Amino acid sequence: MSGNPLSLLEGVRVANVGAELFAESIRAQGGRAAQVDWKPPAGGDRQTAGIIERMSACDEANERAAERLQAARPTWIDVATAKDVIPGMQDRMILHSGPPIAWERMSGPMRGAVVGAILLEGWAKDEREAERLGANGEISFEPCHHHSSVGPMAGVTSPSMPVNVIENQAPPELGGGNRAYCNLNEGLGKVLRYGAYSPEVLDRLRWMREELGPALRATIRAMGGLDIKNLIARAIHMGDEVHNRNLAATATFIRMTMPHLADAVGDGKLVARAARFISGNDHFFLNYGMPSAKASLEAMRGVENCSLVYTMARNGTDFGIRVSGLGERWFTAPAKMPIGLFFPGFRQEDANPDIGDSAIMETLGLGGFVMGAAPAIVQFVGGTPAEALRATNEMYGITWTRSRDYTLPVLEFAGAPMAIDVRKVVETNVLPIINTGIAHRQAGIGQIGAGILRAPEAPFREALLALAEKMGV
Amino acid sequence: MVLKSLVLPSFYQDSVALMRVAQALRGEKGVREAAALMGTPSNHAILEQAGLARALGREAGPNDLILAVRAESEAAAERALAAARELLSRRRAVSGQGTAPAPRSLDGALRLLPGANLAAISVPGAFARREAMKALRRGLHVFLFSDNVPVEAEADLKREALARGLLCMGPDCGTAYLNGTLLGFANVVPPGRAGIVAASGTGLQAVASRLAALGEGVSQGIGTGGRDLTARVGGAMTLFALEALKTDPGTEAVVLLSKPPDADVLPRLESALGSLGKPAVVCCLGAGPPARGAGLWVETLEDAAGAAAALLQKKPWSPRPFADPKDIRARLARLGRGSGAGPGLLGLYTGGTLAHEAHLLLEPHLGWIPFNEEGGSSPHRIVDLGDDAYTVGKPHPMLDPEARAEWVRRAGRSRDAGVLLLDLVLGKAAHPDPAGALAEAVKEARAEAAKEGRRLVAVASVVGTASDPQGLAGQVARLEAAGAEVLPSNAQACRFAALLLKPGLAEKWLKGAA
Repeated sequence: MSGNPLSLLEGVRVANVGAELFAESIRAQGGRAAQVDWKPPAGGDRQTAGIIERMSACDEANERAAERLQAARPTWIDVATAKDVIPGMQDRMILHSGPPIAWERMSGPMRGAVVGAILLEGWAKDEREAERLGANGEISFEPCHHHSSVGPMAGVTSPSMPVNVIENQAPPELGGGNRAYCNLNEGLGKVLRYGAYSPEVLDRLRWMREELGPALRATIRAMGGLDIKNLIARAIHMGDEVHNRNLAATATFIRMTMPHLADAVGDGKLVARAARFISGNDHFFLNYGMPSAKASLEAMRGVENCSLVYTMARNGTDFGIRVSGLGERWFTAPAKMPIGLFFPGFRQEDANPDIGDSAIMETLGLGGFVMGAAPAIVQFVGGTPAEALRATNEMYGITWTRSRDYTLPVLEFAGAPMAIDVRKVVETNVLPIINTGIAHRQAGIGQIGAGILRAPEAPFREALLALAEKMGV
Repeated sequence: MVLKSLVLPSFYQDSVALMRVAQALRGEKGVREAAALMGTPSNHAILEQAGLARALGREAGPNDLILAVRAESEAAAERALAAARELLSRRRAVSGQGTAPAPRSLDGALRLLPGANLAAISVPGAFARREAMKALRRGLHVFLFSDNVPVEAEADLKREALARGLLCMGPDCGTAYLNGTLLGFANVVPPGRAGIVAASGTGLQAVASRLAALGEGVSQGIGTGGRDLTARVGGAMTLFALEALKTDPGTEAVVLLSKPPDADVLPRLESALGSLGKPAVVCCLGAGPPARGAGLWVETLEDAAGAAAALLQKKPWSPRPFADPKDIRARLARLGRGSGAGPGLLGLYTGGTLAHEAHLLLEPHLGWIPFNEEGGSSPHRIVDLGDDAYTVGKPHPMLDPEARAEWVRRAGRSRDAGVLLLDLVLGKAAHPDPAGALAEAVKEARAEAAKEGRRLVAVASVVGTASDPQGLAGQVARLEAAGAEVLPSNAQACRFAALLLKPGLAEKWLKGAA
């Protein structure tokens, strides 16, 4: 025994787990007590609770993995053509969001986006032929996530599309050097990522391929790289949660890139078209934020015994997660329906189930996890800043650490709740909050609103049990 | 169908706020569709598409807010637009800082209270081990109130605690005093010189309260749980607590309250007591002193306090059946011979250790007394109403006195009961007025018995101090006003009850008293 335990107890300060009267008694004596709103762990499933208790080997692994996540330095370094840079990208291959899915099970907006991409690539002459190609197996469909990529909503990325290249410039011993890719944001309304493929949608995509992509490539090459982590950190201080609100991030992005764009491109008309396009889209930055989150999280993939989630993604039919200690394996459940606010003319009944790789933002600990930092859009979580803070505070209960770089002024600059631990999710039965845009369930219509939802529980529970089995617990 | 719109010039609102307004309007009676949008080009396109565009709205620029409604009637449309203006002008109440939800886990609580050094745990027994283990691994001392914790879990927890130099008080620990802080069910006693290690909460409360009455106070009160001195647990926490009191500067004498120790544990316990370097009093309910006993072994909780106070005050001490034999004779004279009294004693306890003590004290004089279960041939019975069997789905009787009050009333209607033996435990976390319900029930029971010509004597003792929130004197007065005989301790109450049933015991206990 080192020292008298009683001397260490000078000034008793109590964490009270259970009957609140014990905490009240301490407070009545002028002491300090923090009350735990205790509920039976794992929803009262004692067997699972016991398994979680025996998984303490995860702690050390999580600590190492989280260190890699903290150290990540996502930097925008290039814009290139998908087939030239995305690993494993082939002709007649289309990448999509979420876990793997075959044409037969694809939702309306996903099919619409696939049709649009086939038409864009010129693999079919019309919608009917494109659908036939999609259905008869001539196109190979693969998740963006299997190719170091992410894409918002349908996430559809085809070989000729321009993509942002993000490099994690952390030192290699901290998992750095990896890259992630993401297509360019098309704006709101009728857009491919929401399943629209009308001629105006395809025309815009062609312009992005032929003019915008090369202009941005020239820009970023002239800049020699742009530190996206820094940009996100600043945007959070300006009220973005960088998922459903990217206004400050996009404005900052424009401020930082425009002089270089003008210099690098030269052609005034072209600069104006590019500037107008980017400035007209509050969410232009999302397609930098997402691959940055992806590049950061990839750095902690495959750490043995690590119970941290490095992927949450949805394809409009299924929701899936992947856990560091379980490598590439997906754990899925049916995608849930976001509860949202809708554009005029649309209703909740029109909504498609949850879709998109953009939950990578929440996987990192942004988006819905930092609602408290984005007071302008608190309507999604009930309408008051207090409720938004509540949501953020709740997420601290299921995450492993706090971000060193992404800080929240409103919480006295506490770091964002970062790195979801499947053990904590199952133990507390608190599910990750995800902010999201909402697609119409029919192909070709596009975005109809935005909202919020909780991830389904089953994938977390299944992943937990799989990890326990792998660890021999 | 009517289409109406309104432009609020230079009225910026975030689009999400506006979507919420539009959603509210769609819920208004007679409204088919509604929009609230800033007049940007893309929003004009949306209005066009939704069939809500109107000449008036087309003028609006990006800084102007357009409200547009399609409704069944002119009046409905007007109402909706008025409602929209109202919604937009309404100010939200500032909701202040109460935003953090209560943490759902120990780790969450530690984030709120980073300097926490002790975890109080009272979750159902099946989950107690994991919560307590977590707390120990975070370096916290543990006050484990939960019961029904498997003994293997207890042994594991205490092993973990010892390895980390931490206290694991309990499972089934109801009371502790640590450096002046009261934990759990505890009486308000002054800080003092007696350090207590206790296997039971009510035992600790009784001794602490009695010490206070004798002018002493408590330096530390460390709970161990009732199974600590069993072979399986090996006295882990008792020995650790004794070691802590040995070097605790505020502790001048040590009181150990426990159940009879396992034969293998006893030598270690004796050796720990022997090496304390401070006087020690041991009360092992149900066990006499060992052959080569270290410390002063006493039989009752009252004697434990009395002996400790005497040691501290350097006065002689010997056990006495009654503190004031004259008072006892006077009470007996007042009560007279119990004509028509039932033959039986019914002990109704809220404190488990007090019930246990009563059982040990009374059986030698009254013969076999069933404890908790119904008595076959015996007219007597002692019931620990805090036992699990009586608390399923109900609060503990220390928290809710009504459960026992019902037992008392029932005794009034019984032909068997001649003496009711009762305890009353005051202190923090207990019911704010436990005497109230009990006194009322005693009065009713006595009246009911009197109606049938039976004498029913209620004998009680109160564990409490003048500083307790309930106030000792007031609680005693309430019981006395109801006709109860209130004795200074549980042991004296037991002996007094025995005297009522076996007057011959006076020879032994009241010799020399006038």
